[in-house]
Formats: sequence, structure tokens, C-alpha cells
Amino acid sequence: MDQITSILILALPLCMFLLLGIFGNKMSHKMAGILGTLGMGVTLILAYSTAFTYFFSGNELFVDAAGNRLQHLVFDQTWLAFTQHLVIKLGFLLDPISAMMLVVITTISFMVHLYSLGYMHGETGFQRYYAFLSLFSFSMLGLVVATNIFQMYIFWELVGASSYLLIGFYYTKPSAVSASKKAFIVTRFADLGFLIGILILSFYTETFDFMTMTNAPENVLASTGGAVFMGGSVLTWALVLIFMGGMGKSAMMPLHIWLPDAMEGPTPVSALIHAATMVVAGVFLVARMFPVYLMEVTALEIVTVVGALTALYAAIVACTQVDIKRVLAFSTISQIAFMMVALGVARPDIHEGVGYMASMFHLFTHAMFKALLFLGAGALIHAVHSNDYTAMGGLRKYMPVTHITFLIGCLAIAGIWPFAGFFSKDEILVAAFENNALWGVWMTAVAGLTSFYMFRLYYRIFWWNEPDYEHHGHVPHDAPWTMTLPLIILAAVSVVAGFIPFGELVTWSREAYEIHINWTVAGTSIAVAVAAIALATVMYRKENELPDKLASRFKGLWTAAHHRFYFDELYMFITHKIIFNLISRPIAWFDRHIIDGTMDMFATVTNKVSYAIRGLQSGNVQTYVWVYLLGTLLIAAVAVICLV
Amino acid sequence: MDITLMYYLIPSLIMFCCGVYGFITRKNMIAILISLELMLNAVDINFVVFNRFLFPGQLEGMFFTLFAIAIAAAETALAIAIIINIFRVAKNIDVRDLTKMKF
Repeated sequence: MDQITSILILALPLCMFLLLGIFGNKMSHKMAGILGTLGMGVTLILAYSTAFTYFFSGNELFVDAAGNRLQHLVFDQTWLAFTQHLVIKLGFLLDPISAMMLVVITTISFMVHLYSLGYMHGETGFQRYYAFLSLFSFSMLGLVVATNIFQMYIFWELVGASSYLLIGFYYTKPSAVSASKKAFIVTRFADLGFLIGILILSFYTETFDFMTMTNAPENVLASTGGAVFMGGSVLTWALVLIFMGGMGKSAMMPLHIWLPDAMEGPTPVSALIHAATMVVAGVFLVARMFPVYLMEVTALEIVTVVGALTALYAAIVACTQVDIKRVLAFSTISQIAFMMVALGVARPDIHEGVGYMASMFHLFTHAMFKALLFLGAGALIHAVHSNDYTAMGGLRKYMPVTHITFLIGCLAIAGIWPFAGFFSKDEILVAAFENNALWGVWMTAVAGLTSFYMFRLYYRIFWWNEPDYEHHGHVPHDAPWTMTLPLIILAAVSVVAGFIPFGELVTWSREAYEIHINWTVAGTSIAVAVAAIALATVMYRKENELPDKLASRFKGLWTAAHHRFYFDELYMFITHKIIFNLISRPIAWFDRHIIDGTMDMFATVTNKVSYAIRGLQSGNVQTYVWVYLLGTLLIAAVAVICLV
Repeated sequence: MDITLMYYLIPSLIMFCCGVYGFITRKNMIAILISLELMLNAVDINFVVFNRFLFPGQLEGMFFTLFAIAIAAAETALAIAIIINIFRVAKNIDVRDLTKMKF
């Protein structure tokens, strides 16, 4: 693994961003799209070869004699050296999770680049779109290979910025603009916690380096010297604050409110950023710091609780949404929460820390099948010109490729053997049961809900009753090959990804671990999933009254879930009514009247005095000379008096 | 009878005061210009005299005077040009009537 390759992996997308950003307007759409896609394709090949070399070459840099994988610093350059301890480095860290993320990011990014050639065809700002995609790919790759927490923070903000730019891609649409602002502000707010966490942690440990911290986490604990703040140890506080940054990016409750609105962006962007890569940055962050988290189990328990609550909440809300992208958005939130729970319940003494492996495994498979579902949704929206499933129905006859691939995605997320989701979700459930039966049962129930809402969506789109498509003068049909090819590839991956021996590749201690499928847990989860699918089939296969009846039967719950349990309203209340009225308005008053008032007073006094004495400038030159002469004489007199 | 510094300074002072008086009281701009020249010449005399009496071996004061004369000549040319232009516009060179440049 040489330095040139690793630098190229980062430099290629960055150069593409600069090239398309600066010269894009001089290119044709086709040229810009093909350039961006080719750039990403080369990055994909480089990333694959890097990951392949890391996992399978058996080089002594990457694996020791006992078969344990090693963390390898390809390079680690000092960037800013403020003091002896406050040194910020930029580098490239290769270890199982970063190698895996390289594969995930470049795969999905390449698929999205390819897909967008068809999906964004003829859009104004096509070149700008590709430039931003490249910027995002660069930032995300930089994030996962970060050697220290500060480098990660830099790229963390960069992915936030590119997410902002892409959500607000249709900047003439007010809803897209407000959605992009919402995403940026909410994640920035969370990043404030992240930054404070970084500062606390590095204040005690005097280092930003991941390897220094994670290879000797007991030193991190020792360096805080048992300091306690408000009933929790300082390390717990630091880790929880860092997790807060992850909550913002990964849309954990209560900071999830930006993700459903982020669906205003183009659908391929949702697939890339808001389903597969950026939103799992929070999971990646906790995984990266995992040995340190193990030092403070309280922090891990908070991760578990937040994850479990979010998983259930998002799954319930997903059952009532009409906009297909929003269903997928809530499903994403729920699935990321699965990964968080898996990390939260992982302990090295229980089952060799299976939760960590399960979390990373689910991250991998989820990225594939969720990107597939989003791209499928994009193809549907492209065909029907509406985001709502009410405008769809019976589409299986019109769009066979989309239908089959979407079905594979649904089966994968529902966790049906042998699709990818089954294996990763099973490991998560095993880890949850091993930690605490409550979490096991809880997560199994959420998995059941997942199957239900996914198949509700599936049946409403592809079965139910068929609206009069001819009447609208437009019969839906499958998308061009640039759009269906990524669907087919991702569907194929979603079928086979579960058979990857993930335990041998990614574990928390980097020792190989063999996955045993626990058939009690797996059988239960399959039974629950099948029951949920059967229920969805009964309710949604053909148009009937049952869903409406059930909705009116549980009207309170249904309305609340449909309004996402009033989280947005709660935020509006807190910000507009409480923060604006009680804090912002008094501060604004102080600014306007006291600070501005002082400055205004200076200006007014100067003005008044000037008006009062302006008569002195009479225009009569000889008066001026008189005054000048008298002044000179006066000064001379004063000088004489003083000197004598 | 020795001719001392004061023999030069007192006439120079009288010249200067005449210049100031004329500058303030005359109405005609040409007269004001003449008063100005009077003041300049008074200063020139001072330069020469101080040079002669205080630093006999040097010539800075002399040269400075020569420069001042040259510049005064240029300045007079400029001032007369301005006065002529003012006369063309205002048909008048009474400085007390030319009070347009005020607030």
C-alpha cells in the first residue's frame, strides 16, 4: 500500500470537484457527467485495490503472525504545530473499518454518479451537481481515513457542507432551501457538542491521535485522573458529547428532524448521502472510538438507549408516511439506530464483542440495500413525477426491473434469508439478546415493524389498485440503462453480501471471529418478519378498506405518528416561543438600544456640533487669516509664558 | 558704529507686519498678493541675516533664500493666473465679495 495510491484516492475526487466547479459551465452536460463518473470510477478501482490489499494480501504491515489485523498509518503529516502537544496532523489510516468504508463509499458513490447521468438528465446545474457529488465523495473518504479526531472533525464539517449544498440543489424551491438550512443548523448544533467533546478529551489526553487513544484506552481513563463533573466522570461527558455529534449526523432522536426534510434534495443524493454514507458517520465515529467507549460503560448505555428509542420511534412513524422518500428516510433512521444499538450493547466479555462486528456488517449491507431502495424510489419518481405512493400502484407491470430490484431491497431490509439484511440483523439481535433480553425483544419487535412498513410501501407502489396512467397522458416505464444498471448491481450485491465472512474481516479487537448463526434468534426474527409481511400483504395487496378502518380505530396514535409525534412542532415551540421570545428578543433589544444607541449618540452629537459651528466657515478669506493670526499669537504667548 | 543683527531684524519685522496688515485689510486681490510678497521678502531677509551673523562659514540660508525667491516668482505667476480667471468669471476681484466657498 503505497502513499501515492492513498493520496490519489483523496485527490481525485477533490480535483474533479475543482475541475467541474471551475470549468463546468464551459463543458456540455454529457462531458461533465462522464468526467465525474470516470473520476469516481478510477477512485473506485484504487479504493478496491487498497481494501483488497489490506484484507487479503497477508502483508506483515496489515496482519501479524497470529492473524490479527493491524492498524497501518500510510502517512501522517504534521499540518499545524501550535505547541508541543497541540499538533494537528493529516494522514491516512488503514484499518478494517476504514478499508470497509472505502469500499462502501466508492461503490455507492460510483453507482450514484452513473445513475445520475440518467436521473439528472437535462437539469439546469448538472455540472454543479457533479461537482458537489465529487466534493462530497472527497470529504467522506477523508473522514473515514482520518488518523486523528481533529482531521475527522474537519472532514465531518465538509460532509455537512456538501450535504447542505446538495439538499439545496434546487435552490429556487423554498422548501429545498429551508430543508438545507435546517439540516445544516441541526447538525452544526450537534457538532458543537462534538467539538466540546474533542476539546475535553484532548485536554486530558494531550493527543488527537486515534491510535494513541484506542490502543491504550486505559491511559485515556487514567489521564482524566478521576475528575467528576455534575455526577458523571469527565470521560463520560466527553464521550457523550462526542456521541452528540454522531447523533446529529446519524439523525438519532431528538436530533433526527433534519433527515426527513433532507429528502428535498435530488433522489440520488438521498441515496448517497442520506442513506448510505454520511448518515452512518456517527456510527463510524463511535466504532472508531470504541475502545475508549468501553472504558466508560455509561456512555455505551446512553448510546444503546438513544439507539433503541430512535429505532422504535422511526419505525412507527415510517408506517404512516405517504411520501415514499420519507418512508425510506425514517427507515434509514431506524436502521442506523440498529447499528447504534449494536455498538451500544457490544462488550468484549460477551460473545467476543459481536455487536461491534454486527454494527459494521449492518452498516455495509444497509448501505447497499438502502441505496438500492432509494435509487429504485428515484426511478419511480422519475416515471410517475410524484413522491407520494397515492400516485402509484400496480407498477409491477410497467416497471419490471425496478419492481424486482425494489422487492430484493425490501426482502433484504426485512431480514429474510438469504438476503444481506438477514445476516447482519441477526448478528445485531444476537448481540442485543446477549447483553440484555429487553433489548433483544425490543429490537426484534422493531425488525418486525421494519418488515411491515417496507412491504406496506412495496405493495402500495407495485400492487394495490392502478391509477389511470393513460388519463395523465403518460404511461410509466422502466428507466434508461444508466439508471437500471446500478439498480441491478446493487440488487445483486444485496443478495450475496450476507455471505461475506465479515467476522474474519472486521472485529473490534481486529482478531478474526467466526460468525455462527444463532438459529433461535434468527428463526424468531424470520418468523416475526414473515408475519409482518403477511400482515402487510393482507392489508395492502389489493385496494381495501382495512387500512383506513385501522387508522380510524387507532386515530390518536395514527395522527401522532403521521405528524412524526410532533417533534417539529416541539422544536418550533422551543425555538420560536421560548428561545426567540425569552433570549433572542432581549439580546436584540440590548443590541439595538444600548450598543447601537451609544454609537448613534456619538454620531448625533458630532452632527449637532458641526451644524452649530458651521457658520465659522464664512467664505471670507480675510476672516480666516485673522483667526489664524490670533491663534498663532495666542500659542506664541502661551509658549512664552510657559518658557519664561 | 557696529552694524548688529538688530539693524536688519527690525526693518524685516516692520516689513512683515506691514505685509500682515495689508493681507488682512486690503480688498483688492492684487494688493493682497503684494502684501504676501512683502511677508515673503521679510522672511528672506531673516534667512540671509541669520546665516550671515550666526553661521558665517556656511551658505544654507543664502541658498534657501534663492529657492524661496524662485518659488515666490512661480507662485506669483500662478496667483495672477487665478486672479485673472476669477475676474473673468466674477467681473470683480474684491476679496470681500468672493465668499462663495462656504458651508
